[in-house]
Amino acid sequence: MNFIRNLLLGLWYILTSSYIKGLIGQALFTFLGFQFLNLLLPDNLSEFSLMIGAIIGVIGFLLFAGVLTDWLLWIGGKETPLKHGAREGRPEWTRYLGPDVNHKVIGIQYGYTSLFVLLVGGLFALIFRLELAQPGMQLLDYQQYNTLFSAHGIVMIVSILLGVGAMLNYLVPLMIGASDMSFPRLNAFSYWVSIPAIVLVLTGMAVGGWDTGWVGYPTLSLVGPLGTMFFLLGFYINGISSIAGSINVLVTTATLRAPGMSLFRMPIFVWAALATSLIQFTATQTIAVALTLNLLERATGLVFFNPAQGGDPLLYQHLFWFYSHPVVYVFVLPGLGIISELLPVFARKPLFGYKWIALSSLGIALVGFLVWAHHMFVAGMSDTLRIVFMISTLFVAIPTGVKFFSWVATLWEGKIELSTPMLFVLGAISVFLIGGITGPILGTVPTDLHLHDSYWVVGHFHATMFGGFIFPFFAGLYYWYPKITGHMYKEALGKLHFWLMVPGFWVMSFGQMSAGIMGMNRRYADYDPALGIETQQVLVTLAAFVIGWSVLIMIYNFIASARTEPVVSMNPWGSRSPEWQIPSPAPEFNYDVPFEVVGDPYDYGLDKPYIRFQVVAGD
Amino acid sequence: MSATTAEHAVEHAVEHAHDAHSHVPPYHVQLKSNRMGLWLFFISEIFLFGALFAARFYLWHVPGVGQTRPELSQELGLLATTVLLVSSYFVFRGETAMEHGDRSRFLNSYMMAALLGLVFFVAVVVMEWNVFGLEGSIAGIELFGHLGIDDGVYAGVFYAMTGMHALHVITGVLLLLFVWNRGRKGDYSPERHWGVEGCALYWHYVDVVWVFFYPALYLIGTPWH
Ligand SMILES: [Cu+2]
Repeated sequence: MNFIRNLLLGLWYILTSSYIKGLIGQALFTFLGFQFLNLLLPDNLSEFSLMIGAIIGVIGFLLFAGVLTDWLLWIGGKETPLKHGAREGRPEWTRYLGPDVNHKVIGIQYGYTSLFVLLVGGLFALIFRLELAQPGMQLLDYQQYNTLFSAHGIVMIVSILLGVGAMLNYLVPLMIGASDMSFPRLNAFSYWVSIPAIVLVLTGMAVGGWDTGWVGYPTLSLVGPLGTMFFLLGFYINGISSIAGSINVLVTTATLRAPGMSLFRMPIFVWAALATSLIQFTATQTIAVALTLNLLERATGLVFFNPAQGGDPLLYQHLFWFYSHPVVYVFVLPGLGIISELLPVFARKPLFGYKWIALSSLGIALVGFLVWAHHMFVAGMSDTLRIVFMISTLFVAIPTGVKFFSWVATLWEGKIELSTPMLFVLGAISVFLIGGITGPILGTVPTDLHLHDSYWVVGHFHATMFGGFIFPFFAGLYYWYPKITGHMYKEALGKLHFWLMVPGFWVMSFGQMSAGIMGMNRRYADYDPALGIETQQVLVTLAAFVIGWSVLIMIYNFIASARTEPVVSMNPWGSRSPEWQIPSPAPEFNYDVPFEVVGDPYDYGLDKPYIRFQVVAGD
Repeated sequence: MSATTAEHAVEHAVEHAHDAHSHVPPYHVQLKSNRMGLWLFFISEIFLFGALFAARFYLWHVPGVGQTRPELSQELGLLATTVLLVSSYFVFRGETAMEHGDRSRFLNSYMMAALLGLVFFVAVVVMEWNVFGLEGSIAGIELFGHLGIDDGVYAGVFYAMTGMHALHVITGVLLLLFVWNRGRKGDYSPERHWGVEGCALYWHYVDVVWVFFYPALYLIGTPWH
């Protein structure tokens, strides 16, 4: 009886959660906003009415989900102290169902949302990979194929941004000794605003889909079906999450570090978080402009990009890539930070060249702003610009190379322990190397002219994303799993996941690049059997399924281990980082006893402490 | 090893369980965070307005002619700019008054600034955009703009830039009114008035953006149609 009662109660909590309430609010406000504007405005502006309605819908989501409550009360003149913990009389897990201000809760919310969205985006890929396994059209029609590959792109990007948010939110305050972020409410807002953004993108698939890929280039985006508008708007709303979240990380790191933690004594991941946030809070604004102008031109008939009416489509591409190249570093810098963070722990050696790694993150962020037009070599840009951007692009190899050399030197003669997180770190390095080597060929104008828009690009990009983000992210999930849950994951399943996924990825990557060289275009639903790439296509599809199953193994591992596996010791990896010197899961305010930094973070094997807890008064 | 001392310290921590209050950063730290957060937001917004600014010079460049601009009412532009600059003065006056504890002067100034902000908004949206399609003139000066939605990139850029700026003006007016309302209820003191300060900074910022937008829209380049 008790079991059934708890089950029903749990269901009730979920049905009345902010996710559900928010969705109702979004639907309601979108509908009402659209109807109201449609009455007010002339008929030819009905898409504009729908667009503004959808924006009002986002506000509806936030209102109904309770994200804006504290701010509205503040406007009304009430004091609103931060509330901690679950609502009275409710179990602890219900905290995750609503806007909680604790950075660890928000980090975990980002984390499971990221994994859920990853599964959705992965499923899209598996469907169109099945289609591509054979020449001819078997499963899908062209419009469905276009929508699926376009949605795969943007959904995965949202998933990665959420994953970055998960790592930054959970780890940065813990690593610098803060009790929370500087702006806890804004932090909750940053997470919750991304949910209606995802809803908008998925809605786009239901109302006609779109065929522009994730880049949304005009003039195709100007004439595409209605789904295009929802996709562009969802992309735009998600940017609000990025900007607010990154400013929070920057301010937190600047003002709430533990005493003695100078910049060069921060855990190396915090440097990566800083560099990533620096890109996010600036570059995101330019794509906001690109998307705004695109939406306005679609919905109102104002002219920016359509050359038939005096506009210039290259302007969109400039604004778009000014964000979308650097954003790749938003994805990979935290991943590379995890690699640098974990290597010394598992090699039991100091991190080689700490300062160089720290500065190379900033270097990558900086150079990343100067290379955007390498995506436009075949777009009709002037020759001078091509050369300039080719040279700046090749400069990216320098700070990235610094990281590689430092990793190899850290591993050199280390006492390497191959548990799952370390396996994924090594896998990440191998795959990122593939991505790194195949990049300059695309950054060089003469070779890019041949490989542009081929499957080679798909191979290169997936190698950088898996090596730079997915594998390090998974390494981080396994590594901090005991910290988050207080339990150890099942090591055997973790190793199985690794041995399926990493070799699976190698096969997929080489298959994609080989198909590209032999003439397979990216984004095409079909191909000529005469190309002789059927073997590659079948291999890529099979590998994609292996990768998909292996991710499910990880998720099963995490769910099952949280209940069954034994409680871990406080510091299972023997880490020197502050977050491992307190109980797991970390207390509500992290450090009940503040600490002071007295040494360097990565002096593994040397008998010098990193932090010292301050003596509690009254002892 | 430090691990043992750490575990020791943690055991003690559990005994000395702290309440939530002791984990709230002290006011001066939070104030520093607030200021930094707002300034970072300003830097972020430079990229937003900068991208629009760049789009203007990109799209209003005519090969063989150079920079061009639409034919706009110079009188309206000048009026809107003056109103906005004067409103910034009132915000400055109000913030200084709060620093000296003069509540009524602070309240009056902020209300005045909000009203001037609204006048600016009306001058741009109702008069220059002419959303209601009105006509009329005073002393030979036309009160309503002529730029229509079908005027190509001139309309596009002009509406996008003034629209994005007007959105910030309306946000600023709301902020001024919220702060005014809280001030009226007795909130803020000469020592603690972050709301007043942040709102003033934001208003000055929106003003400075217009100082760049105004010449880009009204003065630079040859009139073109
Ligand atoms: Cu790029």
